[in-house]
Amino acid sequence: MAGRDWNPWLRLLALPNDSRAKTLIVAFLVSAICAALVSGATVYLRPIQSANRAAEEQARIEALLQGIPGIAHTLEQAEGALSTLVLDLDAGRAAEGITSDSLDAALSDPLNWTVLDAEQDIAGLGQRPDYMQVFLLRDGEAISLVLLPLIGQGYGGRIEAILALHGDLNTIAGLAVIHHSETPGLGGRISESAWQAEFPGTELRDGSGDLRFRVARGQGSGAYEVDGITGATRTGRGITQMVRFWLGPDGYAPFLEAIERGEF
Amino acid sequence: MAAKTDYWDILTGPLIRQNPVTLQILGICSALAVTTSLATALTMSVALTIVLTLAAGIVSVIRRHIPDTIRLIVQIVIVASLVIVIDQVLQAYFAEISRALSVYVGLITTNCLVLGRTEAYARHHRPLPAMVDAFGNGFGYSVILILLGGIREFFGNGALFGVPVLPLADEGGWFTPLSLMLLAPSAFFLLGLLVWALRSLRPEQVEAPEHTPPARAEPAE
Repeated sequence: MAGRDWNPWLRLLALPNDSRAKTLIVAFLVSAICAALVSGATVYLRPIQSANRAAEEQARIEALLQGIPGIAHTLEQAEGALSTLVLDLDAGRAAEGITSDSLDAALSDPLNWTVLDAEQDIAGLGQRPDYMQVFLLRDGEAISLVLLPLIGQGYGGRIEAILALHGDLNTIAGLAVIHHSETPGLGGRISESAWQAEFPGTELRDGSGDLRFRVARGQGSGAYEVDGITGATRTGRGITQMVRFWLGPDGYAPFLEAIERGEF
Repeated sequence: MAAKTDYWDILTGPLIRQNPVTLQILGICSALAVTTSLATALTMSVALTIVLTLAAGIVSVIRRHIPDTIRLIVQIVIVASLVIVIDQVLQAYFAEISRALSVYVGLITTNCLVLGRTEAYARHHRPLPAMVDAFGNGFGYSVILILLGGIREFFGNGALFGVPVLPLADEGGWFTPLSLMLLAPSAFFLLGLLVWALRSLRPEQVEAPEHTPPARAEPAE
C-alpha cells in the first residue's frame, strides 16, 4: 500500500503507540465501550433484580407469618392480604402523597432523611428515613398484627429485619432477618430459625412503659430477654439497639401510640 | 514468536505445576473468603474464569495498540467492566449465591491473578493462546477453591452443596460441626497445609530462601 492512507481508522492504528493523540483516543475509546457495556447490562438486568429482591422480602414475610401461631386463621379471613401502609415516622400517621410505589423515589431525596445526633442514634445508623412501609393485619376492626421493618448496625454491617408485634403492641410475634453481613457461623446465626424462634412471646416493655427488651449475653432470663449467641456479643447488642431505637420516640413510638388511640 | 504453540501445555501448566494460588500465592483474598461452602466457591471460580478469559482475549486483541503509559489503567478498566457485568448477571439470575458472595465478586477486579495474567501473558501473545492460558489459570484457581470449599463445608457443616452428608449432633447424629472451619483462619491453615503437601511432592516448587537467618549464638549458660 503506497502513499498516504486516508482511512482515519487505519491512520489511527498506524500512529506510534506513545503519541499523545493515540494515548488519548485509545483511553477514550476503551472507556466509552466499557461504559456502554456496563450501562447496557445494568439497564437490561435491573427489572429482574428488583423482582428478585421483592420476591425475597415477600418470602421472608410469608415465612414469618407462617411461624406465628394462631395467625393462619386470621390470614385466611383476610384472604392472605396484609394491608400496607407508608408511614410518616415523625407524625405517626400515614404519609400524604407517598405510596408503596413512590416510596423508593421519595427516599432517594436526601431531604426525606433525618440526620440523627449521637444521643438519639443508639442503633448506629447515622440517619433515618422519614418514611417507612409497614404492614398491618386486621381481625375484623381490631389490628391483630403489626409488621415493622427495622434497620440496625451489627458487627459486620447493616442488619435489616422485620419485627412482628401482636395486637397488644407489646408482645413480639416473631422476627425475620432480611439482610445481614455478620460472620458466618457466629453472628450469622441470627438468620437461623432456631435463634429467631426465641422471639415469639418476648415482651418489649414492663408495666411502667420502659423498654426492657434485650438480647442477653448467654442465656436469656425473664420475659424481656432472648438468648444471645456465643461469640457474637456485638451482633446481639446490634439487635438490642436496633429494636430499642425503632420502638423508641425516633422510631415507631408515635405510630404505636396512634394505634393505641384507635386512629388506625 | 514460536511457530508452534503447545496449547495443551499452556492449558494444563497452571493446574498443578504453575498453580496460581499454591505456587504464586495469588488471589488469596477471595480464596479465603468465599470458600465456606462449595456453591459459593464454585460460583466464584466460574465468575473469575469467565472474567479472566474474556479480559485476556480483549487485551490480547488490542495488545499492539495499548499505549505503554496507560496500559495498566486500560487493563483494569476492561477487567472492571467485565466484573460489573458478571456481578449484575449473578444478582439477576443467582440472587441467593450472589448475596453469599457479597463484595467478593466485585473484588475480582483487584485480584492480582487477573491483572497478572493480562499483564504478563495476554499483552505479548495472540488471542487464542492468551485465552487458553487465562482459562488454564482460572481453572487452576478453581481447583484450589473447590477443594478448600469442599473441605470447609464438609467439616464445618457436615454437608456438600448444602446437602447433608454427615448426621449432625443437633439432629441426633454423631457429627459435631467444626465451627472453626467456617472462619477465615481455617482457610489459611488448609491452604498452608496444601502448599506444604504440594511442595513436598514437587520439591522444584520450593522457593530459594530470600535471606539466611543469622547463625544462632550458643545460649549462655
